[in-house]
Amino acid sequence: MLNFSSRTAKEILRDPVNLGFGLGFPVVLILLLSAIQANVPVSVFQIDSLAPGMTVFGLSFMTLFAATLIAKDRESALLQRLYTTPLTAADFIFGYTLPLLPIVLCQAAVCFVTAFFLGLEVTVNVLWSVLMIIPASVFFIALGLLCGSVLSVKQVGGICGALLTNLTAWLSGIWFDLELVGGAFKKAAELLPFCHAVRVEQAAYAGSFADIWPDLAWVIAYAAAAVIFSVLAFLHQMKHQ
Amino acid sequence: MNAIEIKKLTKKYKDVTAVDGLELSVRQGELFALLGVNGAGKTTTIKMLSCLTSPTSGEALLGGKSIVSQPGEVKRIIGVSPQETAVAPNLTVMENLKLMCGVHGLSKEETRARAQALCEEFELGEVVKRKAGKLSGGWQRRLSIAMALTGDPEILFLDEPTLGLDVIARSELWDTVRALKGKKTIILTTHYMEEAEELSDRVGIMRGGKLLALGTAEELKALAGKEKFEDAFVAIVKGEGK
Repeated sequence: MLNFSSRTAKEILRDPVNLGFGLGFPVVLILLLSAIQANVPVSVFQIDSLAPGMTVFGLSFMTLFAATLIAKDRESALLQRLYTTPLTAADFIFGYTLPLLPIVLCQAAVCFVTAFFLGLEVTVNVLWSVLMIIPASVFFIALGLLCGSVLSVKQVGGICGALLTNLTAWLSGIWFDLELVGGAFKKAAELLPFCHAVRVEQAAYAGSFADIWPDLAWVIAYAAAAVIFSVLAFLHQMKHQ
Repeated sequence: MNAIEIKKLTKKYKDVTAVDGLELSVRQGELFALLGVNGAGKTTTIKMLSCLTSPTSGEALLGGKSIVSQPGEVKRIIGVSPQETAVAPNLTVMENLKLMCGVHGLSKEETRARAQALCEEFELGEVVKRKAGKLSGGWQRRLSIAMALTGDPEILFLDEPTLGLDVIARSELWDTVRALKGKKTIILTTHYMEEAEELSDRVGIMRGGKLLALGTAEELKALAGKEKFEDAFVAIVKGEGK
């Protein structure tokens, strides 16, 4: 499995587009939105709110990376070749997903380091904030496994590359306060995990650990559901390969 | 001794019977070509033999192991080079070989030695550090076959190995396959008649999931009463044999 995991990491990290979007794009957004904040102060763009939020937005690219790699492997018949080897279903599932966790942690660390240069206070809570990204990252990575198992490479580009990144951005409360829109939009956002994941990150950075649990419960529930569905979808495509 | 024993192997997809009661034996070290038009059942047969899909009924023994009850054991003695090149595009040629050695459970030392030996055997030296996705079709096919051999399989499946290659690349790949003859039991599927005639010890012709004819290229030409192998194939498939 280690061998296969290593291959997953290499395939993702050697793609310059992945590096550009995965690490570069959240950093550019932090810089851009902080520049807007400097000229037109907006509370959601304050760096202690923006940086934790951007770590969650960056996770949407993990879904894209995982889904694209799996869909490509299916279409190129590399998976078919590997299914004729002694590797087990667990080897494939962990081999595709585990290498993304260190990439997630690096991405979160890069967002916070960028924010330090923009005035974010360096506290030990940053470490908690980086660690608390893990439940949300499990949700996004599992979503990648699910999409990669059922969608073509082209569909992954549209659904994970365009739709999911936009949903994560709009429904997370990173770009604008959900209260400003209110109504059905806010209700829908509250039912989905994105804004809860952002609040977990913001609360961890603020050291408000007592406030984390309700939002963390939402994120963990979504992560658990995503893991179950993604494993079932992967096993289904494996059987029908 | 037979490397492969197929007994009444059948695969049905809802109302369609892709493979219909196939009976066949392949000797150890033999290069056996499966020919047929599209939809004849060649790929489904390969998929069942390589444990990618389960038969609806029937059985096949590879090296004495059952594809139905011992798929894990079968996977340890086979190597598959799929129709598509099936390489990891962002890994180098050497990394692709090492990846496959790793998934077959070879140790670090064994992996290094095996990957190096395959590089030499398949003359991959000049591209060994290049990413597989950047290689020409011919090099990718050569790498694909080398990857199928990383586990030192007893039985090798080559599914359309020269599809889409130019004449030179095809000729070079034929040399590669010839070099394996006798060392491995090889099942080759192809659409190219001259490839089957040139490389194989015996040929099986399939249509509608059934084996229509079986024999050496010469025997099949005699069976159909034709001088050219391609004409013999067409006659057999159309049911115009002697």
